Amino acid sequence: MLRLILARLLAMIPTIAGVALIIFVLFSVIPGSFASALMDDGRGAMDPEVAARMRAALGLDDPLIVRFGRYMRQLMTGDLGTSFRTGEPVARLVGQRIGASLELALAAMGFAMLIGIPLGFYAALRPGSLVDTLAMIGAVSGLSLPKFWLGLMLMYLFAVHLQWLPSFGYGGWRHLVLPALALGVSPLALLARTTRASVLDVINADFVRTARSKGMSETRVVTWHVARNALLLVLTTVGLQFGALMGQAVVVEKLFSWPGLGNLLVESVFQRDIPAVQGSILVLVLFFLVINMLVDIAYVLIDPRIAVQAS
Amino acid sequence: MAGRANLWIGGGLVAVAVAAALFAPWIATHDPVLDANLMLSEEPPGRAFWFGTDTQGRDIWSRVVHGARISLTVGLVSQAMNTIIGTVLGVTAGYWGGWWDDVVSAFTNILLAIPSLIFALAIMAVLGPGLGSLLIALGLTNWTFTARIARAQALALKSQGYVQAARVMGYGDLAIMMRELLPNMAGPLIVIATLGIGGAILSEAALSFLGLGIRPPYPSWGSMLSDARDNIRVVPWLAAFPGLAIFLTVLGLNLLGDGLRDLLDPQSRSRQP
Amino acid sequence: MTAAVLEIAGLDIVVDGGRGPTPLVEDVGFSIPAGAAFGLVGESGCGKSITALAVMGLLRTPLRRTRGRIALAGRDIASADAAELRRLRGREVAMIFQEPMTALNPLQTVGRQIAEMFVLHEGARWRDAEDRAVEALRSVRVAAPERRVRDYPHQLSGGMRQRVMIAIALACKPKLLVADEPTTALDVTVQAEIVELMSDLCAARGTAILMISHDLGLVARMCREIAVMYAGRIVEQAAAADLLSHPRHPYTHGLIGALPRLGARAVRGRARLAEITGVVPAPTDRLAGCRFHPRCGRATGHCHTDAPPSKARQEGGIVRCHHDG
Ligand SMILES: Nc1ncnc2c1ncn2[C@@H]1O[C@H](COP(=O)(O)OP(=O)(O)OP(=O)(O)O)[C@@H](O)[C@H]1O
Ligand SMILES: [Mg+2]
Repeated sequence: MLRLILARLLAMIPTIAGVALIIFVLFSVIPGSFASALMDDGRGAMDPEVAARMRAALGLDDPLIVRFGRYMRQLMTGDLGTSFRTGEPVARLVGQRIGASLELALAAMGFAMLIGIPLGFYAALRPGSLVDTLAMIGAVSGLSLPKFWLGLMLMYLFAVHLQWLPSFGYGGWRHLVLPALALGVSPLALLARTTRASVLDVINADFVRTARSKGMSETRVVTWHVARNALLLVLTTVGLQFGALMGQAVVVEKLFSWPGLGNLLVESVFQRDIPAVQGSILVLVLFFLVINMLVDIAYVLIDPRIAVQAS
Repeated sequence: MAGRANLWIGGGLVAVAVAAALFAPWIATHDPVLDANLMLSEEPPGRAFWFGTDTQGRDIWSRVVHGARISLTVGLVSQAMNTIIGTVLGVTAGYWGGWWDDVVSAFTNILLAIPSLIFALAIMAVLGPGLGSLLIALGLTNWTFTARIARAQALALKSQGYVQAARVMGYGDLAIMMRELLPNMAGPLIVIATLGIGGAILSEAALSFLGLGIRPPYPSWGSMLSDARDNIRVVPWLAAFPGLAIFLTVLGLNLLGDGLRDLLDPQSRSRQP
Repeated sequence: MTAAVLEIAGLDIVVDGGRGPTPLVEDVGFSIPAGAAFGLVGESGCGKSITALAVMGLLRTPLRRTRGRIALAGRDIASADAAELRRLRGREVAMIFQEPMTALNPLQTVGRQIAEMFVLHEGARWRDAEDRAVEALRSVRVAAPERRVRDYPHQLSGGMRQRVMIAIALACKPKLLVADEPTTALDVTVQAEIVELMSDLCAARGTAILMISHDLGLVARMCREIAVMYAGRIVEQAAAADLLSHPRHPYTHGLIGALPRLGARAVRGRARLAEITGVVPAPTDRLAGCRFHPRCGRATGHCHTDAPPSKARQEGGIVRCHHDG
């Protein structure tokens, strides 16, 4: 087990390095980029001498490969660089935001799973019924909604009009409700569709027919034999969605002024704080990879067919 | 049965959006940018201004109609780029295999780890706002799924009799890819592309909402919503209509994609929920 | 005939489709006395499996029984409520399926899947049920059953899985075992072992068998009575020895002609009909008259128009052919 986790962690390293390289190159080589923008944007043209000194101090004059090597070495010690704006370590900035981001992602994903999976299940057991039809229309609609528009509408209804909930900011659960709803609807829709498809797949499987032939009730067939096999298929979607959620949250965080990673990313972009931008992106990617690693491990634990191959 | 309904409703919604984009100058009642009249700002929807006016007195109806041009242009062009990149990489990787396949697969895996909106946002941050940047940012970041499917299809088709026969008959790789492989994987790729246009429209709206996409005063649905957010108490109708336009357009594309999938690629229903 | 464990009379099964129902099985009837082995033989697609599913009460949309009576141990399954039907399945009748690779739940140990029978039908606790699963596995001649119960289906060979299926089926000592081509997917050597195992166990427990196969030779070796099915109808039925020595229906003739010569081992896969040319009509063809007429050397005018009624054979049993006698 431990070996497996270790192996998966090691397998993440090349991916992370690849992502770091792409992000690094993106912010370094493209002409007229960000780095120079840092120096001439804002208060007029900078004194060339000051600019040169600043470039040297930041190591911007070294060849790209040297700079990337330095960056990677830095990353390996867990150092995400220093914020241009505040002079603080980016790791600390990110650390301050990650809690709020996780909270939002967990709430949204919890909401999506709690409703989406049972809904898909229910629909699959009655294919073609009114509930099924409505659920699937709802699901395709949920996938088509821009999250921030949904958030805006929720904000108008519940915060401005009814005044039941705060319209933005971070605090107790009352602040969490609207952003979580806005962020959770599209994973909910996707989970409903995936669950329905998986259950329909499994319910026609031979072993389900065997289960029925053994003389068990339909409820037992569904809960013991269909559910586990179908949920196994849904697990991938749960992982991918959850992993992607913190990234997708950017717009929702911005809309509700939620102090998460996404908001840090957007703020840093506008403040041209490259290390903070790079750092937040890397952490979002890391989160995505870790969640998917956990899903892989869950598969090994749940699905005996995979356990054999892995050991 | 449901597939047919999907096709018709989806096709209808998309047709409306396309018509709005094509005939915007004739459908719009005002100029979307220049007809700003502070005397007439914050008018609720009514006879003169069907969707009301915004805080600068511009007609929201006209801006929504013109917004279709931006959304559809970004959606179509960027998805075309993604389809081309994904298909070329996927087909060559699957057909040739070997080290090229390894390189493409590794690259695809790395890109898959970066949430596409975040990647597009990073590119926008570097290139700066604007239509051109949007096309690049969205056109380069969403081809991984296409590439995977194209690769899988190429792998499967490569061993088919008729492809082998073409090879024996001395057709070059390019000819085989164009004449034997592509036509036989067009179905799934069209489905992915249709759904991808909707995704690109959502991303454009998101980036413009964040202030990184289309620059005001041009009427992007996303940037209109950004305006609406700051003035939600004053002009709630400004929040309603552009969002509805995005929703209906993307819904149309998603329904169309689902319908096309049932029509062109029925066995894949569980592959892509 | 009250001692029959299974009685089928006038069974019709249809498949519902866009253009209305298509008949798949028509007027099928036979009965199996307690403890007897009964063979149902026919080519692929003739309706053997759906007949078996109907016996289990397991037909699901789009399949539907439109007519006929199926009685298990004297109990009509049409009038049984859900709870009664569940008791019948497993306790009175059990089924082994064609495809051992997919018939078991991949996420549960085979021990648990056997034990489930005791929990379901005898109210056993899981702990005790799992102990008994070891014994059940031993009884189907699996070596080291106490270790095998902890295996998952994918760890077992096809033959082993079919043994597990037999253990599940016979766990609660049913009166009838429906075996739907239990050996078709297996290697020849394993086939013989499985057939022998089933015969032995059922004989020892007095369990009747409905043995379904396309292999007339196999069924003839195992069963006392045989029904031959063609395109949804039973065309001939008789005691095994009589059927082989005095086939009345041209199709049965053909099947016997296609049997491998004595001494030669049975060929794996479909029985090739050496003396019958042509293909089985699809149910959607809705062929009028005798379904066999396009392939029959003796077909005459009314074979094209009238379905032959079933007539008694001289030696006993029935036959459905205009030209018999
Ligand atoms: N669920 C279903 N939906 C539609 N048609 C079906 C269904 N199940 C079976 N059929 C049709 O019913 C007919 C009989 O099928 P059945 O499975 O009983 O054949 P079989 O005699 O068992 O053949 P095999 O030797 O291949 O198992 C076939 O024509 C088949 O196509
Ligand atoms: Mg069958």
